[in-house]
This record gives sequence, structure tokens and C-alpha cells, in this order.
Amino acid sequence: MTETVLRLSGISKRFGPVIANEAISLELRRGELLALLGENGAGKTTLMSILFGHYTADEGEIEVAGRPLPPGRPRAAIDAGIGMVHQHFSLADNLTVLENVMTGTEPPWRLRANRSAARRKLLAIAERFGLRVDPGRRVGDLSVGEQQRVEILKALYNDARVLILDEPTAVLTEQEAERLYATLRMMAREGLSLIFISHKLREVMAAADRIVVLRGGRSVAERLPADTSRSELAELMVGRRIARPVREAASPGAPVIAAHGVSVRHREGTDLEGIDFTVRAGETLGIVGVAGNGQTALARLASGLLAPEAGTLTILGRRVRQPDVAALVRAGVGRIPEDRNREGVIGELALWENAVLERIETERFSRRGIVDRGAARRFTQEIIDRFDVRGGGPDHRTSLLSGGNMQKLILGRSLIDGPSLLIAAQPTRGLDEGAIAAIHTRLLAARAEGAAVLLISEDLDEVIALADRVQAIAGGRLSPSIDGAAADARRLGLMMAGDWSAAGAAVADAD
Amino acid sequence: MRIEARSHHPRGLILFAPVVAILAALAVSGALIALTGVSVMEAYAQILAGALGTRLAVTETLTRATPLILTGLAAAVAFRARLWNIGGEGQFFIGAIAVAAVGAELTAGLPAALAIPVLLVVGAAGGMVLMVTALGLRLRFNVDEVVTTLLLNFVAILFVSMMIEGPLRDPMAFGWPQSVPVADNAALPRLIERTRLHAGLLIAVLLAVAVYLLQARTVFGMRSRAAGHNARAAGFAGVPLARTLVMVACLSGGLAGLAGAVQVLGVRGYVTTDLSPGFGYAGIVIAMLANLNPLGVIAAAVFAAVMFIGADGMSRAVGIPSYIADVTVALSLLTMLVALFFTQYRIRR
Repeated sequence: MTETVLRLSGISKRFGPVIANEAISLELRRGELLALLGENGAGKTTLMSILFGHYTADEGEIEVAGRPLPPGRPRAAIDAGIGMVHQHFSLADNLTVLENVMTGTEPPWRLRANRSAARRKLLAIAERFGLRVDPGRRVGDLSVGEQQRVEILKALYNDARVLILDEPTAVLTEQEAERLYATLRMMAREGLSLIFISHKLREVMAAADRIVVLRGGRSVAERLPADTSRSELAELMVGRRIARPVREAASPGAPVIAAHGVSVRHREGTDLEGIDFTVRAGETLGIVGVAGNGQTALARLASGLLAPEAGTLTILGRRVRQPDVAALVRAGVGRIPEDRNREGVIGELALWENAVLERIETERFSRRGIVDRGAARRFTQEIIDRFDVRGGGPDHRTSLLSGGNMQKLILGRSLIDGPSLLIAAQPTRGLDEGAIAAIHTRLLAARAEGAAVLLISEDLDEVIALADRVQAIAGGRLSPSIDGAAADARRLGLMMAGDWSAAGAAVADAD
Repeated sequence: MRIEARSHHPRGLILFAPVVAILAALAVSGALIALTGVSVMEAYAQILAGALGTRLAVTETLTRATPLILTGLAAAVAFRARLWNIGGEGQFFIGAIAVAAVGAELTAGLPAALAIPVLLVVGAAGGMVLMVTALGLRLRFNVDEVVTTLLLNFVAILFVSMMIEGPLRDPMAFGWPQSVPVADNAALPRLIERTRLHAGLLIAVLLAVAVYLLQARTVFGMRSRAAGHNARAAGFAGVPLARTLVMVACLSGGLAGLAGAVQVLGVRGYVTTDLSPGFGYAGIVIAMLANLNPLGVIAAAVFAAVMFIGADGMSRAVGIPSYIADVTVALSLLTMLVALFFTQYRIRR
């Protein structure tokens, strides 16, 4: 069990002035499950990309089973028995499981693929590791959890002995994640060596044999789960103590947004079926759920991009019948979209253009179709100053901002006029601890000033910290609401799985 | 050696790109010229002399640049909004034939100050109809406009061919397939006597400035850029995507149609199927060379015109086919694409 199968020594990688990895050394033993813990930008993914040959290290060497691995060649890494399961799956939706697994394993000039042998091999691997799948099914028809299984099988099919998983639980439910870790532990017992990348303290503590913490591109600590604690790991990961703000008691006022039996058809994702919710002034309603259960449709509905097909949706006293973004923005609705790069900002435009685009037709920023650039720049400068947006002035390209600063820009334009309603969809997804704390502070401040906040999040800790009441979304339906004080991870986990009665959810106050 | 994305896109580099691209295109064409055994410097000197050597040559070059500015603008405004209008050639011809149809008799009695604007609008409307048709197919049935606009070019030219062989055939043309002439009252005034340079150049330059201001200063311009760069985010910000695209399509098709109208009213007076030596397609190259900047389109159009006019002179003087101009202009598109790539990426060892 102590045989070293993989050794990274002194790996350094720079991107221009940015140091992504600095003199990182790492050993992986046979049958070991190693966690690589770190924040976004700590260099975890860069390190694994170097190992897999996507990048070439500036310095340092890699040895697999005692033999040096030639740098920069994914093929060599695969041949050496390294398999990688990416966070964003690299599967072809319109091919079957078997075809996906076989892709790239056969010489391209062979006219006929040897399917039956491949099928036998795949089923044998699946049997051995308890990863059950139907080789003949189309990958596009599989659930996310099943797709991940296919990714793992694909690596094993290539005779991987070292398996790297990049944020494997990002898209899974609690229950699916537990099942995944059980599988990974079994694979380790079978003699495989595994590295998984994560920033979730809870699962790192529960699953890993050994934990390596990366921060700012360096390996800062190595711990055994038995010898450490979540709070120590958090501090190692961030490098300092960051206190997230604490929620004070709410004093809710009149309903600001109310949905009764609202159904929405959403072409790109899960539909909503007869949902009920109400958010009052000065109150935060948290909607938790596993990705892909209708959050996107809900966020787009509340943001004025979709209208109800059935039921009634009332926002600020006006019934919504048509999607109308401009009317909502004018009425004082701030909106934080779930995907800031694809929806929130347009990277090629200047900061000022992104700041005013959603209200460009108001008299404040344009007259008779001519943009008042002076007013727009002043407005943007005010956002920059008050919301601490760093990385450029009003005329800079927005793509030059970091994710956290982009989010502050979006937050700023949504909050600067003191909105009556704030729709916050995944407001801190992918941000580091510092930015998360800053954004939580803003969301709590908006609520304290009387805004109704609809918080849609997959992050349980975030919802527990911010929400006065919580509803779960599962399969496009909303659970009754429970009090924020009664929300803990176990109960929310059950609610997210759709088991509302077992979670003891109180009946929603009907209004 | 690897290629990696630049984190910053220096402004100087972007301005520099077309210059490098043109020099590279000239270098490659130079190699082709050298293969014929003619001195490259001699050939290029002849091109410059042919295009800019005399006052008449300069006016001819500017006359040629006029429709190129308009078709270049047509492509630039569409591409800015990621609307791939490859149909400038067809829109040019529809604009031209519409002017011939209306201008031969219907507006013959009007004073020039009325007839000219009416016919310019008619030509623009012709181009608009064609482009909006293609956009409608995209919005309604998701048909790729690259395909429809490209194929509509052939439809448009065959339609023009049909009209000038049939209903609009000029009975006085000794059997040549050409349209009835536009009445003289609508001819664009000459800018310089005894040359072909006409007021269309002023129209084109003014429109370039107008389009520039439209894109830089107006709500419509901002929205069309937003929609072009990221339609999803633009939709989130409440930009009416379909309406914005329809407006862009009208502008783009209208400019290409106007190019056809201006060429008829300013130079030819009637329509034949060789009215355009590929103005619509050259417009695409010009828009790319200008990096889609409406003011840059003027410079890029003049460059292309210098090559086209100069190559005619050169082929007479040193016996190299004037197709070399087409080769150079086409090469400059390729080199510009490479140059633009290197404003975004760099090579590292």
C-alpha cells in the first residue's frame, strides 16, 4: 500500500505575470484517495492540467510509476495510465455510452470498430466497480450522475490506474455525492489511486485519505482528516480568517412578489409546475435545490424574461402577463443572473455600457435615442466607488475584470438605486471567500433597507446564512416553506430530494 | 511553441493590424508577380501610377471606391451585430434594378431635387427587402443567413437578368441585354467636370460618418453591439433582440441596395448584369479590413479601389493580368484575419 504511483516534483507554471503554480511537489500512493483542496485560482486545475499534459510546466518533473512522463502530451498521460474526469463532461450527447467510451481508443483508419469486444470490456469494468450503466443508451438521455459514471468508465476503459476528478460533486445531489464517494473508496481499495479536486470542506473531511491544501499556487499544508478540522482547513485554504456576515432578525412588510400556481414552460431546461411563493419587503426567501431542477426557469420568470403560462405572478402590485425586462427594471427590480459571463455582462463592451444597458431607454441615460455617455460614466464611477469594483474604470473592457469584480459590478447596478425587489440567482457561484463575504454583506444590507430578496442558490451554507424562510425546488415544483432558523443541512437535503413531508416542512403561509 | 490568448488587447495593435495585413498581402502578390519575370517594384509603381498618377486616375479611383464604401458599410453594420450578410451583391443588383424600373418613366417628370432622393430610397428599399427576407427566415425557421443571403445573390442576379431580357429591356440597345435607362433628370451631379466622379462619393462618406455616430452614440448602436457580442446577455438586459436585428438588417440591406442605386444614377444610367464586378463581395473584405469600423471602411474601400484601378493600368503597361488586383484584395482578407488573430493571441516558445 505504500508504493508511490505518481510523483510531481517542483512544478511551477506562470501565465505572464500570474503565478499559477510554484514549486509544488506531490506524491500519490497506490490505493490512496487524495483530496486537493483550494479556492478558485489556487492552482488546482492548472496543476492537474499539467499532469494530464494540457499545459507544459515551466519547471519541475512528473514521474508515473517511477518513469518520467513527457510533458505536454495528453496521449502520453493516457498511455501512462492517467485518467481525468473533467468538471464539464467531455461526452457527445448524441452518441451511446459505448460509443463515447470507445471514442479515441481505436486507430482512426480502422474501418470497423470492434464493438462486441469493447462492450464486454466495458461491462466487466462496470461490474467490477459497481458503476452500472446501459452501454446502448444515448448519453444525452442520461442524468448528470449517470453521465459522470460514463466519464469515469471512459477513463477506466483506457486502463487508468491514476484517476483525477475535477470538482466531481459540483453537479450532484448530496445523496448522489455520497454514492460517488463510496464508489471512489471502493476503487481505491481495488488498487487504483485517485485525486479529487474540491473546495468543499465537508466532503474533503469525509472522503479523503489525505488532504493537500493549495493556496496562491503553492502547496501550503498536508493533513490527515483525523488530525485536522473544518475550521483549520478553511483558514489554511483562505490564508486568514474571513467572517461571513451574520443575519439579524427580519421585520417583513407587505408582499412584493407573489406567485400562485404558476407554471412556466422553459425550452432550455426544467419547466415550473404550479409553484407558490411569496416574498415580503425586508425579507429573504431562499430557494435551494440541485442544479437543473427549475432554478433557471424560476430566475428567468422573476427577472422578466419569462411569463407564467398558468397561475398568477404579481410583482410590486402589478400582474405579470408578458415578459418585460424594461418595465421591471424601471419599477425597481434588481436582478443578478445565474451565469454572469453568459448573461450578466458582455465582456467585449465597456464597464459603463454594461452598467446602463438594462436601463438605457430611461431618460436618465438617453434622450431621443442618443446615449448620454457622461451620465452613464458618472453612474458607473459611482458603482465602482461604492461597490469596490477593482480592475478598471468606466471605459475599460469588462472582460478584464475578475469574476468577483464582475459580480460586484452586477450587484452594484442592481442595488445602487435601492431596489424594492432583488432577484439573486447563484450570486456567489465560483467566487472566493473574500468576494462571497462582500456579496453576502450587500445582500443583507439590501434586505435591511427594506428590499424583498429572492435568493436562488445551490449552496446550502449560503441559504442557511442568508434566508429568513427556505423553500426547496425539485423537478420544477416548490416545497412549502420552512423557517430559516429550522433549516439545517440534513433537513434541506431531504427537501431537495423532494421528500417534503419527511423534512417536516411547515405548511406555507397562504397569502 | 504554443499559441496563447492575450489578456490585454492593445489598441495600437488593432490599428496596426490592417497595415501589416495589407503589406503582407502585397508581399505575397509580389511573389506571384515575380514569377512572371516582371520587376515587382516596377509592377507596383505602375499600379500606383495607374490609380493615383494623374488627376483623372484619382477621380476614377474615387469613383470606384464609392460603391465599395457603401457595400463595405453594409457588411460592417451587419457583422457588428453578428448578422452574417453575405448577400451584398444581390442587394446591390436589386437596388439597381429597382431604380431602373422606377426611374425610367415614373419619376421622369420630377425635378432632380425630388427625383434623386426618391430613387435613392427606392434602391435602398430594394436591398432591404432582400435582406429582411433572409433575416425573417432565420428568425422564423432558424435558417442560417449565411446560406440564404449567399444563395439569394444568384437569385437576385438571375432576376435582374430576366428583367433586362424581358419587361425592362431597353428597345434602343440593339439587342444587348440592358435595362431601360433612368431619365436624365435623376443623374447624380458630377463633382468635377469632365470626369466620372459624382455626388455619390459625398453620400457614401456622409453615410459612413452617420453610421459611425449611430453605432457609437445611439441606443440602437449600443443594443446592436450588445446583441452581436452576446445575445443572451443582451436579452437579459432587455434588449429587444428580434427588433434590433430587423433594424440592422434594414440598415445593411439598405446600404447595399443604395450602392446599386448610386452606381446606376452616378455612373451607368442603366443596368446590365456586369454592373458590379463583385462590389458586394469586395464589401465583405473591406469591412473586415476596416475591422468593422465605419470610418475605417472609407480607407479600406480606397485601398481596394487603388488596387482595382491601378491593376488595369499595370496590366496594360507590363502585361500582367489585372486579376492580380483580385488576388491582392482577396489575400488582404486572409492576412487581415491572421492579423486580427494575433491581436487576440500571441505565440510563445
